Amino acid sequence: MNYQFDFSFLWDPDNAYWRDILHGTWLTVQLTVLAIVLGFALGAACAIGSTSRIPSLRRAIAVYVEIIRNTPLLVQVFWLFFGLASLGFKFSAFSAAVLALTINIAAYTSEIIRSGIESVRKGQIEAAESLGLSRMQLLFDVVLPPAIERVLPSLAGQFVLMMLATSIMAQISTEELMAAASRIQSETFRGFEIYIVVAVVYLALAMALRLSFAFLAWAAFPRRRRLGTPV
Amino acid sequence: MTLHAIAPASTAEPAQATPMVRFNDVHKSFGIVEVLKGISFAVGRGEVVCLIGRSGSGKSTALRCINGLERITTGSIDVCGHAVTPDGKADLHAVRKRVGIVFQSYNLFPHLTVEQNITLAPRRVKKTAPTEARALAADVLAKVGLSDKIASYPEQLSGGQQQRVAIARALAMQPEVMLFDEVTSALDPELTGEVLKVMEDLARGGMTMVLVTHEMAFASRVADKIIFMHKGRVHETGPRDLLSRPETPELRQFVGTGL
Repeated sequence: MNYQFDFSFLWDPDNAYWRDILHGTWLTVQLTVLAIVLGFALGAACAIGSTSRIPSLRRAIAVYVEIIRNTPLLVQVFWLFFGLASLGFKFSAFSAAVLALTINIAAYTSEIIRSGIESVRKGQIEAAESLGLSRMQLLFDVVLPPAIERVLPSLAGQFVLMMLATSIMAQISTEELMAAASRIQSETFRGFEIYIVVAVVYLALAMALRLSFAFLAWAAFPRRRRLGTPV
Repeated sequence: MTLHAIAPASTAEPAQATPMVRFNDVHKSFGIVEVLKGISFAVGRGEVVCLIGRSGSGKSTALRCINGLERITTGSIDVCGHAVTPDGKADLHAVRKRVGIVFQSYNLFPHLTVEQNITLAPRRVKKTAPTEARALAADVLAKVGLSDKIASYPEQLSGGQQQRVAIARALAMQPEVMLFDEVTSALDPELTGEVLKVMEDLARGGMTMVLVTHEMAFASRVADKIIFMHKGRVHETGPRDLLSRPETPELRQFVGTGL
């Protein structure tokens, strides 16, 4: 084997491919951040709903969660982008990608947060009820903070997986990192090099995401900070 | 066992005052198992009433019915002028604002500091201003002798300290009645002593208290009334010296093993 690595195309003066990489990376970051924020909100709402006293709401959430967790993300994206388009609901590739990722990650988030909620001891809920807290106060002051604190590492892991899965959005021609790489590959035939670059970028993004969550935990949960409990 | 007399706080109040808590033929079933088989008793203002009896006699269930943690099946309970009924949840919020409870397992909120544990309910339920709530926290913590632990988290405290914080947390709502559900059962004798002392101070201060307890010496020293429960019924009732002169064979047998 005698392969000559050549990364020079990246800063080719006529066609600066590093700009495309950068642009793709930026889009990947946007997709990831939007999907995490929206998906967390929707997932937390579903987790709360799945502990509600209304059986039909609990069932509806369970059906949603199971459908999403047991079908491929790619199918969900195609269904939104091509399927709904034929019914007249047209999304841009970017909107379809954000929507699909949100719906997908929310299902996983919901299950993770629900496990956190269920780990809160019944006695603490009784104590809060006895003090006269309303159901909403009980949820937001007593149940959710320790529940989310407990499951934050699992959430961070799930969000990293989702960030990596944004790469399949190239399939609906969202111009994110993977799509940029594919185009550069087809123009330069430097597949080995470009996918090494892409892998390094994904690795860096994943590390950055994990670090952000570690920081978030440090900032949001003073008990961890004070007592030095690792997240 | 020292039996130094403490003037019952009830003597300070006229006896004709309406009871703070009154059970009216209360039944409670869990499924097909009837745990309370029609109990009636009253707790006057400033009285300390101890519920004693074997495990499974229904004493904890009776206590938990007072603030609606268990829903009664039939009958009613009058609590501070509000009615706890089998169906009605209407008065539950009003009852809970007036009744504090302390549990065997402390149940402090682990993610909050001692101060936050105490100020949470006043701020949320009574809309007390933050500065006022903090002053309140300092005040109740001083009462339980834990002023230096105000910034600690529950996991940094011993069991006895956690239980005293739990008492302080309940006191911060300025309740008219305090319920204690076997609050020393999870503590070793040394820590039990510090918690019982806080409770004795409270009783001396005139707080209306209902206790489920296995601390017979404490009951004999502090209680104004002792209620012996047996198989879901009030089996025998008497003043604090009840345990030294039990009338029914069941209580005699219970005391025989307990004292």
